Amino acid sequence: MVFFENMGLLALTPGMVFMWVIGFVLIYLAITRQYEPLLLLPIGFGIIITNLPLSFLMEPGEGLIWRFYHYGIEWEIIPPLIFLGLGALTDFSALLSQPRLIFLGAAAQVGVYVTFFIAYAMGFSLEEAATIGIIGGADGPTTIYLAARLAPQLLGACAVAAYSYMALVPIIMPPIMKLLTTDTERKIRMKKGRKVTAREKVFFPLIAAMVIILLVPASAPLIAMFMMGNLFRESKVVERLNDTAQNSLMNIVTIFLGVSIGATMNAEVFLRKEVIFIFFLGLFAFMISTASGILLAKFMNLFTSNKINPLVGAAGVSAVPMAARVVQKVGAAADKRNYLLMFAMGPNIAGVIGTVIAAGIFISILK
Amino acid sequence: MATEVLVPLAGNIWVVLVNVGDEVEEDDELLVIEALKMENPVYAPCDGTVSEIRVKKGDVVEDDDVLMLIEES
Repeated sequence: MVFFENMGLLALTPGMVFMWVIGFVLIYLAITRQYEPLLLLPIGFGIIITNLPLSFLMEPGEGLIWRFYHYGIEWEIIPPLIFLGLGALTDFSALLSQPRLIFLGAAAQVGVYVTFFIAYAMGFSLEEAATIGIIGGADGPTTIYLAARLAPQLLGACAVAAYSYMALVPIIMPPIMKLLTTDTERKIRMKKGRKVTAREKVFFPLIAAMVIILLVPASAPLIAMFMMGNLFRESKVVERLNDTAQNSLMNIVTIFLGVSIGATMNAEVFLRKEVIFIFFLGLFAFMISTASGILLAKFMNLFTSNKINPLVGAAGVSAVPMAARVVQKVGAAADKRNYLLMFAMGPNIAGVIGTVIAAGIFISILK
Repeated sequence: MATEVLVPLAGNIWVVLVNVGDEVEEDDELLVIEALKMENPVYAPCDGTVSEIRVKKGDVVEDDDVLMLIEES
């Protein structure tokens, strides 16, 4: 009898079965469509196993995956380690050769703040509203980091929303880009910026880390790791560390990140109507961010003869490098000899840093 | 007169689609440069004959390097 009482099957609820379906859908999309498979595959699996009753995988203090979650995410270790790898992967040349493109990355944070106010007006708490808004920055680790700090109950939903929309960048962004630009604007060929020296690239992470952390200390964990990773890359003397940061270490922490996020999504927490709002608001944030980058580029063009192709403004939503690739594709559709890819990388990278700063500002105000 | 085909964006040569001596027309695809895991075709700037190719598959190219020469017809 004891065996039967401890059998999970009898404790199953319809909600759990519904969550299995969500888990299977994510795994299916990861495998057949290759939608962010590195994240959505382990997340999908995490969702399924956390909704198997009586497994206690997420039982505080004892569950295996709870330990991954607690020490990795609640302790804020994994997102900064991912940023270390991202820093090592990032080439700041595009930004340094045309520093004015930084503004486009900043403009794309408009969606974050607009959504923050709307979510708050809809009845979410300030902390929850901030976490939902940050989805518009289209940056997974930052969203997870902020959610863990401010609204852990929304972490799973916000992370899945952020990663899903990143996977959908090629579908969500082009209609907005075409709507807000004319054919002539899409054909603008940009002048190449100046060449960036190796010395500048070494100094940049040092100076950027100091300036940003002095201004927004709450962004320190992510910015410090990001810039250290970039220093590994640009110093050229620690190739082993550079390689580990961007490959093995990143892969290792991604495993723990994905399964832990998935495991936060048990049926009671996830199947609430708020989650549907989160997905809508996240999408809204993402669209506003795309639009505001484009509009700022058009505005800047009023004051300069060295025209910016407004499409590159759309790359201000982070989603590196998918957003930049979409800019290249939409630009090439208007003029096949227009190569916007590298120009789009400028706002793209600025967008990552902008989102981290936005998250830092939320943390310093709300915590 | 030979026209230079320049690198429009830095990356790796993914594939070279023409050979020396080939006749090409303006806007034909000459080669593909891979950058950020994206394949970017490079098109012929004019009609003519390919007279020299300076890169091969796998080469790393920088902005404004010369990829090939086309003898205008």
